[in-house]
Amino acid sequence: MAFKATPREASGITIVDVSGRITLGEGSAMMREMIRDLLGKGQKKIVLNLADVNYIDSSGIGELVSGFTTVRNQGGELKLLSLTKKVHDLLQITKLFTVFEVYNDEPSVLSSFR
Amino acid sequence: MTPAEKRIEITLDSVLQSVELAEDLVLRVAGAAGFDEENCHRIGMSVREGVINAVNYGNQQSPDKKVRMSVALLDDKMEIIVSDEGKGFRLEDVPDPLAEENLLKSSGRGLFLIRAFMDEFDLRRSRHGGAELVLTKRYADAPSGRP
Repeated sequence: MAFKATPREASGITIVDVSGRITLGEGSAMMREMIRDLLGKGQKKIVLNLADVNYIDSSGIGELVSGFTTVRNQGGELKLLSLTKKVHDLLQITKLFTVFEVYNDEPSVLSSFR
Repeated sequence: MTPAEKRIEITLDSVLQSVELAEDLVLRVAGAAGFDEENCHRIGMSVREGVINAVNYGNQQSPDKKVRMSVALLDDKMEIIVSDEGKGFRLEDVPDPLAEENLLKSSGRGLFLIRAFMDEFDLRRSRHGGAELVLTKRYADAPSGRP
């Protein structure tokens, strides 16, 4: 499945429904552009809903980390929602669970910004 | 080569499309060898990372340099060898991606993932002068066993 990212608003927070693969040459570059775009529009509270992301490689992981630091450096927050088992396992073995705030459901992630 | 050994060798251009080609090929072989979905994923991603390494860091996407990959079904394991024509590197020079100071880096996790996902990992000098990664996965990981 090809990479797709669809932003939507919920309580002043931007939730991006991401699907497909976040890999080198596929989703990575698009993910970077999308986050840059959102920041350009002043949207600094960002949630990446990864429920339909079935594959992330090291480049995709790098892009998530890069997005996290870019948003944070601009005074915003980037959080993750609904990880698939594969993505969950990857973040665990790369110790990135200690970096990202990860939530299992939308109400929880939305209330975490308040 | 023993009579039971099955081996495929391919030569790839140093372009990003080679990454998908290599991964697709290995996934087919791993599936045919009886590995389950989870292990196929791990093998496929390891090869993906190995070929990205060879294309980007080893050969630096040079049109004059090739990436060679060999996929073999040995008696007790699947063995994948990925080699490039770069300058080679030493594992001790690769930063630990789990170290506090590297956690927020946007790259440097490829080899770590290979080591996490495969049963054995070796780095040696290829006969073309570059790096040669040897990745193996034992059939014991496959519930359906050896084909």
